[in-house]
Amino acid sequence: MITQALFRALDKKAIWIVAILLAVAILVPASNLLLPTGHPLRLPNYVVPLFGKYLTYAMLALALDLVWGYCGILSLGHGAFFAIGGYAMGMYLMRQIGTRGVYANPILPDFMVFLNWKELPWYWYGMDNFWIAMIAVVVVPGLLAFVFGFLAFRSRVTGVYLSIITQAMTYALLLAFFRNDMGFGGNNGLTDFKDILGQSISAPGTRASLFAASAIALALAVLACSMVVNSKLGKVMVAVRDAESRTRFIGYRVEYVKLFAFVVSAIIAGIAGALYVPQVGIINPSEFDPANSIEVVIWTAVGGRGTIIGPIIGGILVNVGKSYFTGAFPEYWLFALGALFVVTTLFLPKGIVGLIGQYRAATTKREQHDRGDPTPKQVEAGVDPQPNPAE
Amino acid sequence: MTDKTGTMLYLDGVSVAFDGFKAINNLSIIVHPAEMLAIIGPNGAGKTTMMDIITGKTRPDDGQVLFDGRTDLTKLDEAAIANLGIGRKFQKPTVFESHTVWDNIEMALKKPRGVFATLFYTADAADIARITEILETVRLIARKDDYAANLSHGQKQWLEIGMLLAQDPKLLLVDEPVAGMTDSETVETAKLLKDIAKTRSVVVVEHDMSFVRELGSRVTCLAEGSVLAEGSLDQVSANPVVIERYLGR
Repeated sequence: MITQALFRALDKKAIWIVAILLAVAILVPASNLLLPTGHPLRLPNYVVPLFGKYLTYAMLALALDLVWGYCGILSLGHGAFFAIGGYAMGMYLMRQIGTRGVYANPILPDFMVFLNWKELPWYWYGMDNFWIAMIAVVVVPGLLAFVFGFLAFRSRVTGVYLSIITQAMTYALLLAFFRNDMGFGGNNGLTDFKDILGQSISAPGTRASLFAASAIALALAVLACSMVVNSKLGKVMVAVRDAESRTRFIGYRVEYVKLFAFVVSAIIAGIAGALYVPQVGIINPSEFDPANSIEVVIWTAVGGRGTIIGPIIGGILVNVGKSYFTGAFPEYWLFALGALFVVTTLFLPKGIVGLIGQYRAATTKREQHDRGDPTPKQVEAGVDPQPNPAE
Repeated sequence: MTDKTGTMLYLDGVSVAFDGFKAINNLSIIVHPAEMLAIIGPNGAGKTTMMDIITGKTRPDDGQVLFDGRTDLTKLDEAAIANLGIGRKFQKPTVFESHTVWDNIEMALKKPRGVFATLFYTADAADIARITEILETVRLIARKDDYAANLSHGQKQWLEIGMLLAQDPKLLLVDEPVAGMTDSETVETAKLLKDIAKTRSVVVVEHDMSFVRELGSRVTCLAEGSVLAEGSLDQVSANPVVIERYLGR
């Protein structure tokens, strides 16, 4: 049963994406570590964590696409799941600092000593164990998504209203994590990490391993999403996106379908966040900023919603562009981002991937009829992902 | 009023008001197993609202709605009612346009509807045979790999009827099945529905009188949310009140 579902996940496109990601997972670290400095094919040290970061962004965009592109849930708070996964990893990394902190307290992280705390809050217990931290990375975002989704979907909150409350959720978390009393380092967040699994976090070998881990995690996320969207459940998700009440009338519990997609998506986002933190070296409340979550929506829209490859391309390309732009013309990045979204909405409703499809359709008109596209035309990259023809 | 046992659908004294407007007013209708009932009536008579009440989309303010003589439909939601065995075809054909014809039927096929059952579902030989059979019945087998968006209006109507069949319901609610169909398609649809009504209960809402005549079933005329007249089509259309309020002189 499960093997059949896995087999279905391995359609031609997914195999290609996974193969490319695995090749990247091997070649990039190999180029960085094995080739001598100055070799034309050697990737410089700074590139490895930078592209590792892009891969975690791509994974976040993929997670959003699962709920937005396939299930019609426009979440404007997905950055929250990413940040929570990141905080769980950050807690583990903080506990690894031990006596090397400024206050050299073997148990308490520096900020707690600074705040005159005498003992570790209960939710920090066990976070010095890597595996317990990894369980938290998966469980905490999943649980938050479950509770939030259960309440929202059961009350049939849809469309813009749902988008607004997801935005409110991430904003509430932003404010909460700013508070010192929360025990997550307040404004400064968690930083000054030293080790991960006993290895120095800034060593080239560790950076390369983290890069490889990000590429492999993204490949696994591609497999998981591909398995879901190629199953009958994936078809039901698309049905929910296009005609929610019609799906109810043929007997599917729409709220559970959405809840499943939302929880799986939150878990993928959490894992992405956990891989992000050791590569950038810091996690602070600004990761909960609603603007971040909106950027994720733009990456996904630019790459192409309702496809597996689209959000990956969008997540990487937009962020490469951002790195370049913020270096070359720092004041204009937000204008460029806004323009990008407008251009995508007006001219590329199916994103970059859709553009390739349009080009192909133009060259081979005969195939146009057979190919079709999973994204229907009436779903624009705007606010209302759920036109409801059954009403 | 009448005996509830042995009925497939039992509506008694049902009323619903929207902002004070009584869309359904003390409506009572009975449908027996393997029986077809045609419902006619002017626009705004409450035909679609009645279907909304039966399928759980709208909650009645008052009255009793029973399925199979015992299940109270007013307590259940759409999915639960659909899984009891009530299938509905909408006035405007609503098929899943970004799916193929085959996938539309496969999704509607009577199978466990749970999230994980659906995730790990693989069509077995019996399912494939059943889907093929349904597609042959609704004459869409040649177009099984086409996207439903590319079907003509009439074909979408038929696909939706096919989806109803796939659900294997005990009671079918069919809202204007022949709107936008050619005459020959209309005749075929009447045949198909009559065939279905041999084993299941069917409620058809329709404006097309020649189609209703083709069905040859019991007819109920609704107006302003309650029953105006009941009987055979000839009896109903000879009723002076029906002529006055609906058919026109």
